[in-house]
Formats: sequence, C-alpha cells, structure tokens
Amino acid sequence: MRKFNIPHKFEFTNIITLYAQWIRQGKLKVNSDWNKDLKVKFTAQDPCNIVRKTLREQMADDMRFVIKTIVGEENFIDMVPCGINNYCCGGGGGALQAGYPEQRRAYGKVKFNQIQNTEATYVIAPCHNCHKQIEDIGEHYHGNYHVVHIWTIMCLAMGILGENERTYLGPDLASLGL
Amino acid sequence: MSIPIELNEKDCEFKAIVLDRVPTANLDMCLTCGTCTGGCPASEQMGMDPRKLVRMVLFGLDEEIKKHDWAWVCTMCARCFWECPMNIDIPKLVYNIRSSWPRDSRPKGILGSCDNHIRAGNAMGVPTDDFIWTVEDVAEEIRESSPEFADMQVTVDRKGAYMAINQNSREPVTEPDELGPLWKILHIVGADWTYPSVMWAGENYCLFLADDQGWKYILEEFVYHIDNNLGCKMVVNTE
Repeated sequence: MRKFNIPHKFEFTNIITLYAQWIRQGKLKVNSDWNKDLKVKFTAQDPCNIVRKTLREQMADDMRFVIKTIVGEENFIDMVPCGINNYCCGGGGGALQAGYPEQRRAYGKVKFNQIQNTEATYVIAPCHNCHKQIEDIGEHYHGNYHVVHIWTIMCLAMGILGENERTYLGPDLASLGL
Repeated sequence: MSIPIELNEKDCEFKAIVLDRVPTANLDMCLTCGTCTGGCPASEQMGMDPRKLVRMVLFGLDEEIKKHDWAWVCTMCARCFWECPMNIDIPKLVYNIRSSWPRDSRPKGILGSCDNHIRAGNAMGVPTDDFIWTVEDVAEEIRESSPEFADMQVTVDRKGAYMAINQNSREPVTEPDELGPLWKILHIVGADWTYPSVMWAGENYCLFLADDQGWKYILEEFVYHIDNNLGCKMVVNTE
C-alpha cells in the first residue's frame, strides 16, 4: 500500500506483534511449563519480508519474546546470523514456484547448515513459504528437525492443541497433552 | 564460470530505466567491495552473483541481464541491500529485471498464482464460496469436539469487526486443520475479528511476478472492501 500510495483507514499489523502484546497484557496466559523437563530445543526462522524488509528489530524481538515464552528461554537457540541479518531460507521471492529446484535447494543449503548447527529439533517458521522450503531442504539433505507454526506450539503450551492439529509435530510431541 | 565481458559501445539503457523508476537505487555508487556477494546464498548459482549483476548493469550488458534466469533464483531477500555500504538497491534492480520479461514468459508457477489471486482473491484459485464453506466446516467441528470452544466464533465479512485477518490460502485449501489453533488463540484473547471475502489470502505472488498492475489491483480491491464494506480498524497479516 505504501508502494502504490493507496490511502486506507485501517492500521496494518502482524499476528506476532499481537501475540507479544497479548502475552504482555496478560490476555494470553501461556508459559513453557510443558517443556521444563522435556527440554525440546527450538530455533526460529526470521522471515525476510516481515523482519528485514518491514518491521525490523521490533519484529525480531517480538518473535523471540513470544517463542521464548512458549518454549522456555533455555530451550531456544538462535541461528547465526539471525534477526535482521538472517539468511533467507531460499523459498522467498516465489522461488518455490519459479521452477529452478536445483538452485533453490543449493541456496537452501546455507539455511540447512545454519539449522543443523543449532542442534534444535524444531524450527519455528512463521511464514508459509519459509515453512515449506525449510521442510523441503530438511527432507532433501536429511535433516533432524521438524518445522512448525507458532500457533501450533502456543496451543500445545496451553493444552488446547487438538489431535488433528499435529501434522507437523514429531513423534516426541505428537500425543503430548492429549 | 566467469565470462570475459566485451565492452563495445554500450548504452546503459536498462540502468537508466531502473534509475528512472527507482531514483534511490544508487546503481552508480558500487565500490565492487563484494559484501553483497559474500553474504548472498544465491551467489555463484548459474555463474551469477549480485556484484556481477550490478557490474553488468553499469557496463550496459542489457540483453545479457534481461535474459539471465538468475533474477528468479535470487529471492529478493534484501540482505545485500541492508549490508551494502553504498545503499545500492539490488532487490529493486532484480524486481525490475523480472518485470522486463514479457509477462507470459515469466515462470509459470508464479504467473499462475498471481493470475489466480487477481481472479479469485487467492493464489490457489479456490472460489470464495469454497473458502467460506471450509472455514465454517472446520469451525463447526472444533465447536462440537471441544466443549471449551463451543461458543468460538469464526466469521467471514462480519461488518464492524475490529480486525480483518488474512490467511495464506494453502491453509484452508490443503491443510484446513492448521486453521484451528489460530482461531483458538483469537477466541481465548477475545479478539473481535473476521475474514474478508475479497482478496482474503495473505500471500502476494504478483509481487514475486513483478506485476505492479496486478499487485496494485489486488491491494485496491482489498482496501476498498475493508474500508467501505467492513469498516475494520485493523488488518492483521498472519505470516
């Protein structure tokens, strides 16, 4: 809308900003108790479009605040580099549908190595393209991780994740809290 | 992989076009330091890298640039731009290379998704009625199976709702069970929200296609619907 100067009356925001607000306001009562003993390790992908290209540090910080709240600070491991300096997963810019899979996967190898180096078994990818690409390179290069949305882990932490809402969870969490 | 560049009497027409559209692209400022290339996962793919691309633009190798498929391998992630000491807008350069391709020759997958979005309001191309049916069906299932969510509201086009929420169309179309967790969170915090029926999807393949006209049309339709039909005060992107 900024690009085309389209006037609009509404405010534009992102769900992650709202998650962070709701947690801070106490509206969203969620914590990481479920992971205290399990100690399942998580890392996260900073989507280029919402972090580097638009909301910058604020989004990177809010995203980490939300994720650390739901998985436990000690169970979150950042990739290097991360935040506004993060590498693109290789699925951006339409790459998943551009028809150059060999190049897309070579590009994604950088991301794959970053993820494997964290030794996390779950990658939180709050962007559908990132989610799909990180899953694809994980399969292609035989990674040891699962890829999940924030909402899945948030509902898991609150004990309200339904049986049919666990497609992306690994066997370790597939029946937790059911 | 390197090819020697033959400098004849080249006009830098393409450079002029890009600078006309993006006056802040700073293309002439390149120091060839290579910071862009060192931090770019697409470097060396197809024998190309961001620094080389900028060089080619400055040398007026317009045809070579425009026919090079690398513009579709670069993801326009903008890491090069933010690291560049001279603020050269390489992602916008790539966007303009993409848009220099005849529309029909651009990658079919991206083209199809952009066309779907223009026609149906989402990149998957599903009719709005199917979207509404899926949403209502999944919501009903949750209300019936989970007593704590028996009064969970999920609506499409509810006038006066505070928030309009968009959704990547792959969720309702290929993995509808992924919708539930978000709704449960919204229910718990008491969010006053609705889905818009017009241009309801969160993705933007016309941006990837570098189709300004299509992109602008989608946004205009969306903004009109939100401001004039629904009156939502906030639009929430879910990715």
